[in-house]
Amino acid sequence: MAILVDKQTRVIIQGITGREGKVRARLMKDYGTQVIAGVTPGRGGEEVHGIPVFDSVAEALEEKGPATASVIFVPATLVKEAALEALAAGVKMCVLIPDRVPIYDLLEILAVASAREAVCLGPNTLGMVSPGKALLGMIGGRAERAREWFRPGQVGVCSRSGGMTSAISYYLTKAGFGQSSIIHVGGDAVVGLGLPEIVQYFEQDDQTEVIVLFGEIGTTQEERVADLIQQGKLTKPVVAYIGGKAAKAGTRFSHAGAIIEGDRGSYESKRKCLEEAGVRVVDSIFDIPRFVNELLRKN
Amino acid sequence: MARLFEYQAKQLLQEKGIKIPRGEVARSPREVQRIAARLDCPVVLKAQVWVTGRAEKGGILFAQTPEEAEQKAKDLFGRKIGKFTVKEVLVEEKLAIAREFFAGVIIDDAAKKPVLIFSSVGGTGIEEIAKKAPDKIVRLTIEISQGLREYEVRNILQRQDFRGKILVQLASTLTRLYKIARQVEARSLEVNPLVLTEGSELVAADCHLAVDDYAVFRHPELSIEIAREFDRPPTPLEKIAYQVEKNDYRGTFYFLQMEEDPSPEEMVIGFQGAGGGGSMMSMDAVLARGFKLANYCDTSGNPPASKVYRAARIILSQPFLKGYFASGSGVASQEQYHSARGLVKAFLEEKLAIPAVIRLGGNYENLAVQILQTYLTRIRGVVEGYGHADSAEFCAARLAELVRENASKSHLVSPLVYPDFSNYTYRFATMTGEVLIDHRACEACQTKGCIKACLAGILEPDKAGRPVLNISPEEAQKGKCTECLACEIFCKFHEQDAIYVYLPIPGLAEYRQQVIKEQQKKTRRSN
Repeated sequence: MAILVDKQTRVIIQGITGREGKVRARLMKDYGTQVIAGVTPGRGGEEVHGIPVFDSVAEALEEKGPATASVIFVPATLVKEAALEALAAGVKMCVLIPDRVPIYDLLEILAVASAREAVCLGPNTLGMVSPGKALLGMIGGRAERAREWFRPGQVGVCSRSGGMTSAISYYLTKAGFGQSSIIHVGGDAVVGLGLPEIVQYFEQDDQTEVIVLFGEIGTTQEERVADLIQQGKLTKPVVAYIGGKAAKAGTRFSHAGAIIEGDRGSYESKRKCLEEAGVRVVDSIFDIPRFVNELLRKN
Repeated sequence: MARLFEYQAKQLLQEKGIKIPRGEVARSPREVQRIAARLDCPVVLKAQVWVTGRAEKGGILFAQTPEEAEQKAKDLFGRKIGKFTVKEVLVEEKLAIAREFFAGVIIDDAAKKPVLIFSSVGGTGIEEIAKKAPDKIVRLTIEISQGLREYEVRNILQRQDFRGKILVQLASTLTRLYKIARQVEARSLEVNPLVLTEGSELVAADCHLAVDDYAVFRHPELSIEIAREFDRPPTPLEKIAYQVEKNDYRGTFYFLQMEEDPSPEEMVIGFQGAGGGGSMMSMDAVLARGFKLANYCDTSGNPPASKVYRAARIILSQPFLKGYFASGSGVASQEQYHSARGLVKAFLEEKLAIPAVIRLGGNYENLAVQILQTYLTRIRGVVEGYGHADSAEFCAARLAELVRENASKSHLVSPLVYPDFSNYTYRFATMTGEVLIDHRACEACQTKGCIKACLAGILEPDKAGRPVLNISPEEAQKGKCTECLACEIFCKFHEQDAIYVYLPIPGLAEYRQQVIKEQQKKTRRSN
């Protein structure tokens, strides 16, 4: 097993003829992901690394059969169009790679996705990888690197920082602990699948025995993970690191935000909630492998 | 989040039919007096600054007469409130307040939807009120596809025992508030207090509006200069950097100055991180070595070499740096040779004289480090490149050693110098610049290596063997030329130095002239 992506996942790449699209199509294909088609309006008939390009998602699916996921590499301002097109064609998972997607565009995408029982990862995400199986997005950069850094195993990794997603997974690999799936939920204030959603996938996954979570200040994601543990919906052991401790505790601009979230969002709040729920919160990411080792042995 | 000033936000409210106090913005005490005279009633003077707790910090004053208003305004203008100097003052009629409410629209990250929040008690200390009396607060999650209907608002207001005229007034105002938030793509829009006057009018007495940074480009009508939240006005260099960020969508570039006006003695360095998490870790590493950061910068998301070049030249527009530190997560997914080439071009043009430690761990790190080592030997500053095996802590320690060894060296900002463009006989535009080739010099070229070096493969030899585009100039400009800088660097070191990629940074030349003047004064003083 693994979560969200495996060898069976049939993938299309929107924006495949762009600078990023091309490079990452290569990465995904070389890694062994089933990339069935690419889409760039106006560029139908071309090929990128042997992947056929179509003018529309609908046409791609008609020709190549159903797709389970679309990885989107178009410029941020066009992400809404691209995602809505994929969702309308029946794609059940969109990976929104670009940074700077307007937040109301995202809310519209998520509303449509939810109505169609589909999910989105991102925006502003490196993507995800189930080591040894398949990879969506740009994580690892090249298949060769992704194979070296990420190895199959029992640790589920989810993170709000892209670079740290790779770094933590790499340090786990180096210490001899492989990963079930590695998910970068994206760095924005609102994301599709956040940490609370991802840990629930890990909870259901046979392969995952320990969850490693990299949180950051802002949003309520980490607190909501703690809530899930308190409610008994997450029972697998969790090791967490929260970034941004040193960031100055600036005056909060939004009263409304404070009214809704209370003190949630701060480093202290996240650490306290997680620790009260029994999560091992570490002070350095280099401590993660040691605690993962302890928890794996306990199981 | 890009913030508007109170008077700008209120203008938007008024356009959409929400009542605001009568008033105008003034830029001098004399103007304050004139506005107060026109209003012909007791007034309130409100400093236009983005500071929470403005009233407690003396940013809000009351006056009975226009003369008193002018007197008080004299104190207000030029005063520092938080990190802002007061330049604009909103002069408004003083309201006769019967009751105060709170109303706001924000985006709830858990629901992933906009939420309307209303409190039947408003004014200062709203957060404490919310804690003590949560029953005074109602919230309504908004379905973005449906919008917000007045009856929905009336329904929640009725549960708060609002009846009659005020029910209708509130419902109408709150519905409009969401419409405005949606229209300008607000991350948060708050009216506190929303005032019921003794004359039974509902008036927005204050307004905070923060627009989604990523949507600012769609709202030229808001005239937002920099789409980012600041607790101080942006610096001139940040404004220049923001234009680079805004005009090139490829990859991330974020630049923020931290140490304003460092003296020549301070242990200040230029900082270039990559990715939020990796940058934070890297910052901690250099701060632990006793360095101060002149700036924070993030170049990530696989930016082209041209963007990294501009970032480096902007960072190096800060005087008296003792070193340069670039470091990310260590296992970046981006193609690190782009960063390496961008830095090579920038450091060469700067004739960098201070030490630099560049940690380019991740995808293509060996090539990246090799590029740095091969091409940065001609400058005075020592540049060391590292990969993922070397921790940020180790690299910070290296920089500390190099800086110690070069104790007397301090970066001095120099004028921007470009080669004589008339020498270049073949040119084509790129997305953000221009590639210039001296075809006469190409005649001596043995290798035609630029054609092989070109990552995008858009060059081919013409009949005389000189490099020309194999695509149309339009395609090159649209982005087929990825500005990877490989042609220029190859030709400079292995052939005739016949290629120059011109990557302008609007405003930087003028900015540097200013810096150089200040720099001279300070150097003289410290000598």
